[in-house]
Amino acid sequence: MKIISIIYSLALIALPFGLVSCEKQSEADSLELLNVSYDPTRELYQDYNKVFAQHWLAKTGQNITINQSHGGAGKQARAVIDGLKADVVTLALAYDIDVIAEKTGLFPANWQSRLPHNSTPYSSTIVFLVRKGNPKEIKDWDDLIKPGIEVITPNPKTSGGARWNYLAAWGYELNRQLGNLDKVNDQLYAQEVEQANEKAQAFVTELFDHVPILDTGARGATNTFVQREIGDVLLAWENEAFLSIKELGTDKLEIVVPSISILAEPSVTVVDNNANNHNALAAAQEYLSFLYSPSAQKLIAKHYYRPALPEHADPEDIERFPQLIMFTIDKVFGSWQQAQKTHFNDGGIFDQIYVKGSNK
Amino acid sequence: MLFFVQNKYNKGLMPPAWLNWTLVVISLTFLAVFLLLPLVIIFTEAFRQGMTLWWQSISEPEALHALKLTLLTAAVAVPANTIFGLAAAWCLAKFRFFGRNIIITLIDLPFAVSPIIAGMLFVLLFGARGYLRGITDSLDLQIIFAVPGIILATMFITFPFVARELTGLMTQQGSQAEQAALSLGASGWQTFWHITLPDIKWGLLYGIILCNARAMGEFGAVSVVSGHIRGKTNTLPLHAEILYNEYNFSAAFAVASLLAFLALVTLVIKSIAERRKKR
Repeated sequence: MKIISIIYSLALIALPFGLVSCEKQSEADSLELLNVSYDPTRELYQDYNKVFAQHWLAKTGQNITINQSHGGAGKQARAVIDGLKADVVTLALAYDIDVIAEKTGLFPANWQSRLPHNSTPYSSTIVFLVRKGNPKEIKDWDDLIKPGIEVITPNPKTSGGARWNYLAAWGYELNRQLGNLDKVNDQLYAQEVEQANEKAQAFVTELFDHVPILDTGARGATNTFVQREIGDVLLAWENEAFLSIKELGTDKLEIVVPSISILAEPSVTVVDNNANNHNALAAAQEYLSFLYSPSAQKLIAKHYYRPALPEHADPEDIERFPQLIMFTIDKVFGSWQQAQKTHFNDGGIFDQIYVKGSNK
Repeated sequence: MLFFVQNKYNKGLMPPAWLNWTLVVISLTFLAVFLLLPLVIIFTEAFRQGMTLWWQSISEPEALHALKLTLLTAAVAVPANTIFGLAAAWCLAKFRFFGRNIIITLIDLPFAVSPIIAGMLFVLLFGARGYLRGITDSLDLQIIFAVPGIILATMFITFPFVARELTGLMTQQGSQAEQAALSLGASGWQTFWHITLPDIKWGLLYGIILCNARAMGEFGAVSVVSGHIRGKTNTLPLHAEILYNEYNFSAAFAVASLLAFLALVTLVIKSIAERRKKR
């Protein structure tokens, strides 16, 4: 008999918790949004959600709660395709959003033209994070493939940041071979470009030989480098590099800015059908367009993202961003669709590189 | 005289003292390094920045919600698997029938497959492109990336604990006592309450506790179906990972210490149950 009473009392203890969690949901004059985002934006959106909630309350008199979900961009896109009810997606690159549109039809394929600046309210670039004093003397991309250097980057299959890392390295070598990236789109140099692309593939192959671990997302890779102290250099989002120095102190890490890198453009869109299903379309749209407001742009720069409208940011925040040459993906790789197809899809160049590397 | 002989006999069986001590030292070192040390580290890290911060970390809304969700999940999964486990063990222990071995193997399946397979199974069934999508859509049910999915995945993972624990015990005990009760005119329920249950109660409790420990601690399968929405679909283990990834190391270890504490309580109850079971 004793056993039954134990079970009953356990159930009775647990019951109130269950009731509380069911109770909270139905309140008429409040709204909830789900923002499905990539790894490093956690801190940015935590702050932005507060600012936006105030703005929305002042504008409509309605309370709004924004829930967040973070992970590698590819993984997050996968979850939305599998049915995660995102109202807005704010992912690391346009291609992952294209895939959602293509596979689910939850929003139109021309989503990128619905907001200013190609739906990119903030951009970033790829830099190197090294240990204090830069003991391995890493200055540019070609130092990464020197003997004994261990490079940390997440997996391009699951992480958007990692795909930017990979393309930045490719672009560096292409630029070095050609002397000028303008040649890429010039028919006159077609043969030269082809040879340069072969060199670039060899360079990236060698680079991935120096990678001991592939994490699934940017934050995981940062933790591998910073917390577990594996590797000599982390290929990181500029914002992620700044943030880890802020969180963990300037006495441990420093940023190295390469001579050339890629302009990384994370983009955002409303998932129309999901938002419409619970009458939150207007709020979701406002949530994204408010990202371009002066107060949001200021916040964006505070969190080390390069704002689309830098005139709204504090000048001292803008000054922190190093000057470097940045090329766009469209210029060097045509488009995200093309880059994805050539490099990252199954059987693409990354697969060949990584299989080759791991067989050694 | 008898004493002397016995002693001599024992002596012959005893390994030499040096070997004795080496083995003791090796196993104790192993225990200390692999079990005690991590436990100590969890608690020291958790309290490193003081009691107040520890309390703040586990009482902030997202952590509280994760705790509630974890308890809710256990509160559904454990009773469900207890009832199932009892029924299955009774059926398997007291009867011989065709397909019995297949059922025993199937019950072990959740132990054999990796939790990520369990998670993906539910995505395949209930996802936006899943096989059961028609049914869930028509009922307007959100299963995965919501609380029901977390509970289902946990139930799948913790499914074998009670059943396995009891099948062996009940087989060992046989069905003579029950048959006697029935032949003396007891009803089915009377037999169950007065004969079957008292015999297995400590074994049952042991199974429930193990089931509960896993239900509260499960990470892999739950991670796949959760969608990681803070304050909505995060359980305590997932919340600890999120905090860790956000450079909130003390808070992450505070949550981990809570989980470790739950585990320790579980172990204490478990060892009591184990001792009673043997009696």
